[in-house]
Amino acid sequence: MMKLTGPVLSVRNLRVEFPNRRGALVAVDNVSFDIAQGEVLGVVGESGAGKSMTGTAVIGLLEPPGQITAGEIWLRGQRIDNLPYEQMRRIRGKRIGMVFQDPLTSLNPLYRIGEQIIETIRTHLPLSDAQARQRAIELLSEVGIQGASDRIDSYPHQFSGGMRQRVVLALALAAEPELIVADEPTTALDVSIQAQIITLIKRLCRDRGTAVMLITHDMGVIAETADRVAVMYAGRIAEIGPVRDVIQRPNHPYTRGLMGSIPTLEGNAARLMQIPGSMPRLTAIPKGCAFNPRCDKVFARCREERPEEIVVDQSRVACWLMAKAPATSPSGANS
Amino acid sequence: MSDEQSAAIDVKKKTAGSTRPLVEVKGLSRIFDVSKPWLNRMIEREERLLLKAVQDVDLQISRRETFALVGESGSGKSTVAKMVVGLLPPTSGSVMIDGHDMWAGTSTADMTALRRRIQMIFQDPYASLNPRWRVGAIIADPIKAFGLSNDVAETEAKVADLLRLVGLDPADMQKYPHEFSGGQRQRICIARALSSNPEFLVCDEPTSALDVSVQAQILNLMRDLQDRLGLTYLFISHNLAVVRHMATRIGVMYLGRLVETAPSAELFLRPRHPYTRMLLDAVPDLKMSGRARKMIEGEIPNPISPPPGCAFHPRCPLAFARCRLEVPKALPYGARTAACHAVEEGKA
Repeated sequence: MMKLTGPVLSVRNLRVEFPNRRGALVAVDNVSFDIAQGEVLGVVGESGAGKSMTGTAVIGLLEPPGQITAGEIWLRGQRIDNLPYEQMRRIRGKRIGMVFQDPLTSLNPLYRIGEQIIETIRTHLPLSDAQARQRAIELLSEVGIQGASDRIDSYPHQFSGGMRQRVVLALALAAEPELIVADEPTTALDVSIQAQIITLIKRLCRDRGTAVMLITHDMGVIAETADRVAVMYAGRIAEIGPVRDVIQRPNHPYTRGLMGSIPTLEGNAARLMQIPGSMPRLTAIPKGCAFNPRCDKVFARCREERPEEIVVDQSRVACWLMAKAPATSPSGANS
Repeated sequence: MSDEQSAAIDVKKKTAGSTRPLVEVKGLSRIFDVSKPWLNRMIEREERLLLKAVQDVDLQISRRETFALVGESGSGKSTVAKMVVGLLPPTSGSVMIDGHDMWAGTSTADMTALRRRIQMIFQDPYASLNPRWRVGAIIADPIKAFGLSNDVAETEAKVADLLRLVGLDPADMQKYPHEFSGGQRQRICIARALSSNPEFLVCDEPTSALDVSVQAQILNLMRDLQDRLGLTYLFISHNLAVVRHMATRIGVMYLGRLVETAPSAELFLRPRHPYTRMLLDAVPDLKMSGRARKMIEGEIPNPISPPPGCAFHPRCPLAFARCRLEVPKALPYGARTAACHAVEEGKA
């Protein structure tokens, strides 16, 4: 516990690899970010971008053979990426809460939801059974379950999808964690329920000062919820910055293409902007910038050199276009 | 050659019946029996459980139009699609495609001819392609099934054309589905759907399983194909922004009923039904305009025991006494319809 004022979560140069016969597949490559107290960091990207893998690495649940091969993860000044399993298990649930996409698989169908929440509370907090039950009821009403004292003895199947996700949130909050890692928490829900859950996450984050890492593919959810956003592509961060900047004035050509390809309620463009091709597979990540074969502004340097993260206003952008004075190769035939 | 003949017939039919809508659905309903087996019911003294998945749906789709059905899960939009395409018999009501009744009084030969003109694209491109067939065989199957060509070389040329049409390489016909990404698979599904020269495509959530950048490619492709081939779409989606982009007219479904239909632009500009307003409000605001959002509480009720009267009344901010008693009828308001007592009485 060195600095309580610093970020809650600090990820530095994280690299996750899956070793195989022909070497190693790099699923997360040199990823760095911080999340401050009470802040929601959105991590957005398409499937295979490495966003869930980053979240899984943070909570220490990487499935072998996947492993962290470089970088560090710090939780409130304590390094957690190299902790023994048993120690990490105690941090998980206590200091890091988790919410996954499918609320049905996050809950044990054989136990009443009350038992599951009480178990979590008693594992991590020094409370008696009766106190824990009282606290579980408070948590359930806090996440918007009406008649919590009656519903606490229901089984997961007796709840609807939206209600189950509320229960999962209550479970994640049970031990008052400093950080919540939410992986696609609204993806399985209908829009009206999605809006309710987003509002709930925002309120909880504000009231309790919990830091949230919100992983999603949905830019709309990010725009509504996040303070800052990291856009991931092929295991790397393409652009990270305040959500307003990234969404309204994207700097990276990938972010721009991504934003343009989302149909909106206001615009009625005859055609959507489209990025040709698709995300490279892990076995065939291009040399230089991973996005270069799909980029409309590609120039020689992009094919050779991997872009560094360049600071633009309050954002960091991994794109050679942002290098104002190209120091190494002036040959850039821009667009 | 047989392709040309059938195309010529299509053109004749198109010009003959051009005033009549291509698809006319009247009073369409579907009830599923979800009760336990008879013996269990007797022992446990339970009633029969009936799920009214679709009730009294009326809609017309004109040629070259994209009619979209939107709604949350369980609203019955996919059930409507299955009945329209001929995969699921309705409990009552009729589906007329170009004057032929899909479910009654049409001879087998006419039905085969009709089926050729209707094709479907499904949500999951991983589940809707046979993993053991080569792409060429998958796309050629409708050609063979409808006897459009018996000539191997001709079929192959047609498959190559279709692959080019959807933006793939003709050489891809030798590959298996697992060699393709999700977006490419959906292109294969579209090529297969187009191989029988259909006029009417029913697309059930065609892009929900795809990433946004790939979704944009598929939506653009579908619009291009519509312009080139004069297709008519019934487009089903839960994503209002996608629907806004694709549809010329939109029907909003809630608990098995069509609560509002309107031309696309009007629906988004001035939604009439309170449920439509709620749906529009719930869409995350990408422009970050700070638009005030009215949060509607509650969830979709259990469709086995829907609320009496208007099924939306427990969540509706405008609900009054009549809504709890009487099921609202879909009434016309200019080019649109709405099934709402508040709208009818000028309260909305």
